[in-house]
Amino acid sequence: MKKLLGIFGLLVAVFALTSIANPQFVSAYNLQNLIRWTSLFGIISIGAAFVIITGGIDLSIGSTIGLVGSMMAWLLTQKGWGVGPTLAAVMLCSLAIGLAHGLLITKMRLQPFVVTLCGLLLYRGIARFLTDDQSQGFGNSHDTLRQLAIGKLPISGGFALPAPLFILLGIAALAAVFLNLTVAGRHLLALGRNETAARFSGIRTDTLKIVAYVLCSGLAGVGGILFSLDLNSIQPSGLGEFYELYAIAAAVLGGCSLRGGEGTITGVIIGTAVMRVLYNAINILGIPTHLEFAIIGAVILAGVMTDEWVKRFAARRRAARERAEGATA
Amino acid sequence: MSPYPSSNGTASSVAPLLEVRRISKRFPGVHALKEVSLRLHAGEVLAVIGENGAGKSTLMKILAGVQEADSGEFLVEGRPERVDSVRTASRLGIALIHQELSLADNLDVGSNLFLGREPRRGVFLDRARQNREAAEALARVGLDCSPETPIALLSQGRQQLVEIARAVNSGARVIIMDEPTSSLSQGETDRLYSVVRDLKSRGVGVIYISHRLGEVTTLADRVTVLRDGQNAGELARGGINHDAMVRLMVGRDLVRHHRPARGQGEPVLDVRSLRTLAHPGREVSFSVAPGEIVGIAGLVGAGRTEVLRAVFGIDAVVGGEIRVAGTRVPTASPREAIEHGLALVPEDRKHQGVFLEMAVGANTTLASLGHRARWGFIRGNTERQRAAELIAQLDVRPPNPDQTAQFLSGGNQQKVVLAKWLALKPRVLLLDEPTRGVDVGAKQEIYRLMEELAERGVAIVFVSSELEEILRMSDRTLVMHEGRISGTLSREELSEEAVMHLATGGPATR
Repeated sequence: MKKLLGIFGLLVAVFALTSIANPQFVSAYNLQNLIRWTSLFGIISIGAAFVIITGGIDLSIGSTIGLVGSMMAWLLTQKGWGVGPTLAAVMLCSLAIGLAHGLLITKMRLQPFVVTLCGLLLYRGIARFLTDDQSQGFGNSHDTLRQLAIGKLPISGGFALPAPLFILLGIAALAAVFLNLTVAGRHLLALGRNETAARFSGIRTDTLKIVAYVLCSGLAGVGGILFSLDLNSIQPSGLGEFYELYAIAAAVLGGCSLRGGEGTITGVIIGTAVMRVLYNAINILGIPTHLEFAIIGAVILAGVMTDEWVKRFAARRRAARERAEGATA
Repeated sequence: MSPYPSSNGTASSVAPLLEVRRISKRFPGVHALKEVSLRLHAGEVLAVIGENGAGKSTLMKILAGVQEADSGEFLVEGRPERVDSVRTASRLGIALIHQELSLADNLDVGSNLFLGREPRRGVFLDRARQNREAAEALARVGLDCSPETPIALLSQGRQQLVEIARAVNSGARVIIMDEPTSSLSQGETDRLYSVVRDLKSRGVGVIYISHRLGEVTTLADRVTVLRDGQNAGELARGGINHDAMVRLMVGRDLVRHHRPARGQGEPVLDVRSLRTLAHPGREVSFSVAPGEIVGIAGLVGAGRTEVLRAVFGIDAVVGGEIRVAGTRVPTASPREAIEHGLALVPEDRKHQGVFLEMAVGANTTLASLGHRARWGFIRGNTERQRAAELIAQLDVRPPNPDQTAQFLSGGNQQKVVLAKWLALKPRVLLLDEPTRGVDVGAKQEIYRLMEELAERGVAIVFVSSELEEILRMSDRTLVMHEGRISGTLSREELSEEAVMHLATGGPATR
């Protein structure tokens, strides 16, 4: 938990500074939006975290979102499928994507970066081909289903909790239980730390890796459903673009190491919140939106550098202390 | 043009090409070399032999500038020199040919020969000149391949010749060969011999390190024996024979622990005609009874680790079968091996055994977690309690389950690895170099633990390169040489000489 203090401090600082600069930031409307977007991105970031914990990477998250989102709208409105079969089909599709990644990476021994980079191109292409690259939408026909993304639970004074928050909390709770309380979760962390030792300890390393990729793509599928319901206007060429990078950045900000074996669900959610708050702050403070990427990039870099610097400082202090103890012994 | 000036002064004709006097080197916890001296004359083949850990590799690294000695003199042609880097050594004409080849296998032969000294024309490589000169250098070591052949296409033996050509080509007058024939075929070995003789005739001094005493007898003009980091003796041309070398390598009086052999009854582990990937042409068969401690001795590269890895299912096997208590264990799956009651404490603790960044407690319970779980959930209290018990049982220090394992000493890390397996109550415990890098105190505790487990009926197989450890712990000793068991020694037959004799491929009768 100590490791999360830094990133939580950053979140509080950006939040406080922005609300002082523009009180509109803490208006009920803005906060609601902020929470909704944090929740949507939080879901896909948790998926990315599982893969990163195994020491892998998934670059295809955004394209999977694009494919799932476009396919869902296309099946519902153009093909006239029912809600149940459509949701089942798109979820199966995303799980199959994860399974394929996992099998290619463990059984064929391909590199995760390459496999998912090809996925990134492949799924985007399929999404655009399926829909003839036409923008898709639900119009007014699926308002009940859309409540999943746009529904809200009123609290008081015009402030309401958005529905995706509850979905995120549910998924986060399950993910945290899996990672911290189950044998498979412990084995996943061990595998990320030292794959050879894990294999020498009789851990099913391949199976666990496949599970991580299936979870990642599955959560990208859930994200795809929610994002498209939220937007209502879906560009097959644009939905989810760059989202894998947001998810990876959120996971890394939240304490996942790309070397694997490290990460907490709480951290990932805080990391996502930092990303969204920054993005929102840029808009609300009237900073030219063209600078958006540059600012987010710079803040993440600064955050990661600080983290590394603190770690080295701690290691040096520890080494110095041990030397001192060694000298007296 | 010749890299070997015939004679360049008065001193060089009498002083040895290379001489070190009273070289010492310490590593944390180990006194690797104690006042070791060595002389090499021009046109001489000097063999350096000794048991595993006698200090040969350290000495060679010092000669080649990989490491610097703490004290002692280093003389090249009678002139004192300070050799503090490979660069300096190479400027002085000393080249080391490593056990593991150090060629860039993505480049061709010619580029490797000139790596770091590329002939150039302005900023461009002069490929024509490189190929021309490379062809000459290759001819000198009798290697008939084009300079543009990719290294990856050459056999190990021919790669070795490329390394030698590179050394000769860079003007080396002292060439150190560390176990050069360990991966060579018979034909390649013969080729190497003739290259060594040719180098000799050109006045190059060759230091030849080998575990194969037969080779040493054939090739060496003189033999220097190291034991426990010290000079143990020297043999000149006429006196070089197998027995004399073994006597000097073993040296000390035999320490024998008199006690009855443990273990009896039906074997619990039965390995039949096992063929490993490393030595697919050799079969290994042995069995171990409950409560018996079987040591596997042999020199580095004899195939001992490979046998343990194959039994535990880390590597696929070429042939043979493994049975535990009569049930055949599916190969190539550590998981199956564990299910059948096998456990392995691996050779490379940091990479294969312990999870350095994980807590000590989590390390100890990792392998047994699944057996104690309910519906796949870790039972927190049970786990904590179990970890505390294991830490206490093995006396891991400090006894803090929340500390990460990287801050433990080597000995305590090894206890953590042992704890991981003890939690599963294995029937057969395999240990690969169980006390490597472990301090003296922890060593004794690991021995005591092995004995305790044997008393409780666990069958134990351990590989060790320390003869003392074999002598102390083994009820029965299997000695391996080049992928097969060259002999089995009972406690009565066990002696350092007997082990060394079998390990170096000496004749079976003594």
